[in-house]
Amino acid sequence: MTLGWVYPLPCRHQRAGADPYTHRLVGVLKLELKGITKRFGSLVANDHIDLVVEPGQVHCLLGENGAGKSTLMNVLYGLYDPTEGEILVDDKPVVFKDPGEAMAAGIGMVHQHFMLIPVFTVAENVALGNETTKAGGLLNLEATREKIRRISDQYGFDVDPDAMVEDLPVGVQQRVEIIKALVRDAEVLILDEPTAVLTPQETDELLDIIRQLKRDGKSIVFISHKLREVKAISDTITVIRRGKVVGQADPTASPTELASAMVGRTVSLTLDKAPAKTGEVTFTVRNLTVTDHNGQHVVDDLSFDIAKGEVLAIAGVQGNGQTELTEAILGVQPHVAGSITLDGEELLGKSVKHVLGSGVGFVPEDRTLDGLVGTFTISENMILDLYDKAPFARGVGMKPGLIAENAAKKVEEFDVRTPSVSAAVGTLSGGNQQKVVLARELSRPLRLFIASQPTRGLDVGSIEFVHKRVIAERDHGTPVMIVSTELDEVMQLADRIAVLYRGRLVGIVPATTSRDVLGLMMAGVPAAEAEASASAHAHSGTTTAAVTEPAGHEGETHV
Amino acid sequence: MSATTQSPASNQPGAGKGTGNTPRDGRTGAPARTTELVSWKAGIGLGLLAILGTVLFGFLANTKSAGFRIAEARDPNASSAAAWITLAVALAAAAYVGYRWINQRREGAAVDRWIPATTIAAVVVLGLAALGVARVEKITVPSTALGWICSIVLLALAGYACFLTLQRRRTPGWLGGSFAVVFLVGFMIWIVAGGRDPEPSISLGGLMAGAVTLAVPLVFGSLSGVLCERAGVVNIAIEGQLLLGAFSAAVVATVTGNVYVGLISAAVAGALVSLVLAVVSIKYLVNQIIVGVVLNVLISGLTSFLFSTLLTADPEHLNKPGRLQAVDIPFLADIPIIGPILFHQSLVGYLMYVAVIVVYVGLFHTKWGLRVRAVGEHPQAADTVGINVNRTRFINVLMGGAIAGIGGSFFTLVSVDAFSKDMSGGRGYIALAAMIFGRWNPVGAFLAALLFGFADNLQSIITIIGSPVPSQFMAMLPYALTVIAVAGLVGRSRPPAADGIPYVKG
Repeated sequence: MTLGWVYPLPCRHQRAGADPYTHRLVGVLKLELKGITKRFGSLVANDHIDLVVEPGQVHCLLGENGAGKSTLMNVLYGLYDPTEGEILVDDKPVVFKDPGEAMAAGIGMVHQHFMLIPVFTVAENVALGNETTKAGGLLNLEATREKIRRISDQYGFDVDPDAMVEDLPVGVQQRVEIIKALVRDAEVLILDEPTAVLTPQETDELLDIIRQLKRDGKSIVFISHKLREVKAISDTITVIRRGKVVGQADPTASPTELASAMVGRTVSLTLDKAPAKTGEVTFTVRNLTVTDHNGQHVVDDLSFDIAKGEVLAIAGVQGNGQTELTEAILGVQPHVAGSITLDGEELLGKSVKHVLGSGVGFVPEDRTLDGLVGTFTISENMILDLYDKAPFARGVGMKPGLIAENAAKKVEEFDVRTPSVSAAVGTLSGGNQQKVVLARELSRPLRLFIASQPTRGLDVGSIEFVHKRVIAERDHGTPVMIVSTELDEVMQLADRIAVLYRGRLVGIVPATTSRDVLGLMMAGVPAAEAEASASAHAHSGTTTAAVTEPAGHEGETHV
Repeated sequence: MSATTQSPASNQPGAGKGTGNTPRDGRTGAPARTTELVSWKAGIGLGLLAILGTVLFGFLANTKSAGFRIAEARDPNASSAAAWITLAVALAAAAYVGYRWINQRREGAAVDRWIPATTIAAVVVLGLAALGVARVEKITVPSTALGWICSIVLLALAGYACFLTLQRRRTPGWLGGSFAVVFLVGFMIWIVAGGRDPEPSISLGGLMAGAVTLAVPLVFGSLSGVLCERAGVVNIAIEGQLLLGAFSAAVVATVTGNVYVGLISAAVAGALVSLVLAVVSIKYLVNQIIVGVVLNVLISGLTSFLFSTLLTADPEHLNKPGRLQAVDIPFLADIPIIGPILFHQSLVGYLMYVAVIVVYVGLFHTKWGLRVRAVGEHPQAADTVGINVNRTRFINVLMGGAIAGIGGSFFTLVSVDAFSKDMSGGRGYIALAAMIFGRWNPVGAFLAALLFGFADNLQSIITIIGSPVPSQFMAMLPYALTVIAVAGLVGRSRPPAADGIPYVKG
């Protein structure tokens, strides 16, 4: 914890004169939350949370989705008013009415969804809210550019102040967010799920940046549910479950211990599955190209096969063509070339209805947007695809009795926790909503099953359930295609892994391929090269060793 | 018609212009794999217009000649010195900007955005000044010959556009621009030659001056729209703000006997309309478009009611506001052709120039503007850096209303000196179209409004001289132009991302 927060850094001196907040004693900021409670109506998001962030520490908040981590940080950052409790900065109570005041007190936050304006340049984004002006109130962006260059040089960020933010890769956008906080002299930096959108390599780079910031005496609050990173970076771990602090953990604790603390019961982090019994190849994709409205090839010349009884997982960082690929198979993408065949039948150019009718089950990546109609009941959502077919329809009419009966059966089978089948789907938790989608899609005889991000935002219990159903469908002899940006999920479910990068297939590798190799492939490095580079890396034993773990160590940080 | 596609479009960064070095796919950084989806829109659109042009200007051409009076002989003694000075200044400016343009291209650097537009403007001013110096008063052209020449050029340009599309290349901006200019020239010659007189002619200076004047309320309205929408509030109520501004200017100026007080009251009236819009849509989160439409209907009804009950009963004491007279700006007004068009305006007209410049500089070069644009693009991001989103929106909507109100005073203090029912006549909606056409940019909106003003004035002048086209068709011109402009001949324009979406914290 006392890891050399060396003070006399060049930037600290430079900052001193120019900044309005210099009355604060720089570098020794102790942050304490006492009994923070936040209620939204009857929902208690945070229940008397106590937390102390010591200067120069990396403090991890570990908890599942919906445990209340982000709410807590939004309270700290002045976005929400706490219902009860107080915030202490250097042992003095403070109240932040808005983020501006939190920033003035030296707290900076990098949100999970970046708070950057896509059509502004980096300099404009950094300047916003903290502008330097010339005579006559005109903007002085040159001053901001200078600050960006200085910070960029100091931490090796390599960010061009005049680049348009929307043109930057996600990893760089994240650095812009960090610069935003540093320009405002943040001493405590809150990073909310910072690795969710990064490749494994970008994650390593981020962890290095965090170590540098720590060396400069900054405190970091690192919010995550990914055990691997939390273990690699933290000095202290606070585990939050259902809005309450359930305890402190040591970074040396085993992943299973951490996961159990997070979930509140013993969890098995491995999935038992038999080796795949693959049959004949029934699903083939040949030279599939999808062009977007700008003329970009978002899916570029993809060819792959899936055999009966195997899971092909599509890995890749978000936004590398996965969405377009699944949509092209389903028939909702407009500009598609190539060929997609299922049991010898060409699906390309067919209507969605036809594709579904020929036995394709599809779990969309965003269940609330594409998977369900939130205000419809569970029964209605269960037959969204079959509403016009027997036995649910009779002429133009429907058979409500039969529909409810069907729903009751499915709810039972898929263990959907709901008071009634006539409850609106929107009122269910994420896990139960996903079960409704699965129940619907798996209720027809399938010849191909596609699931996009099948466990995004789900709790551990639901994840186990979903995974079991996917494997069950595989063992049933259906070709299964999983699209996931979670490397752990990919490695756990897949029999083979196809890696996408900028719409292109980097390679198809066996499921036993190591994380490092997959990580490199997700950054566009071809399989053979990635293999060579990863093994060279392992021998030289560089800084990334802390986060790399032996291949085949499956299903560990998946929670 | 395709004249609409050009002027505001050429304001945009990297819109054609032949600079050719704007990297378009920095997003993926993989230019090699990009095949442009070359659309046939340009080729087919230009082709159809070229055929239409050939039929009208060539086959249906009139045998008469078309006359264009360049300048009214307003003050023949005054213009000489001003003309020479303008000529010299324009020559110097054109030479300097042209030199920079060529230099930057030669060095392979990106050409500054403002250079092409400025060069064209300088050359146009140079040409006009030259006409003034040469004391050319009227140009008469044989309509058949020129009609055919225009038709052939149009067909050639359209053919070239098709050829480019076949070659999978983009149609450059200059091609559309030249097409628009040639089409306009051909159209003007054809329509003027069709006049009733044996030697029909129109005054070009009068046409342009009228265009600027008619554009005044449109410019104010579209600036109001820009201010509101840049902050993320859709302002459909421009029509109502114009109308209430006109009404209150008339009544207050009559009652106080002072047109300037009337002008101020117009701004207040516009702001009042905005206040309702702001409270209901920002605080109570009612759909902004619905509130706007309801306000328009309400104000139309209210002013009509007050007009027919009070104003018609006692026009002497309630509806006789007097006028803001046109004022010449010394020296500038003496510049031949340009002077009478731009610098012979009423106070409201000059306020228009000021407003365009202030809003432009404010939005794009000040701290305030950066924050406003941030609020309109990504309110949550603005909130997280300590900007009060809803207060920013509130203030902007109020300012927008005040500006539209001033625009409304044009109807009763400049154009006509009395209020009459629904006298804004849908110009609020045209202003909205001008704002979209001008891509939410004050200068773009100004140019778009000028274009609509031009169409409006052209249609009334043509109706006066008589034309081969029934006047009802000509009356459609400004609106047809609006539809074509907004329907996307302009290309893709991107509204502020959070436009129309209420911001709720958390």
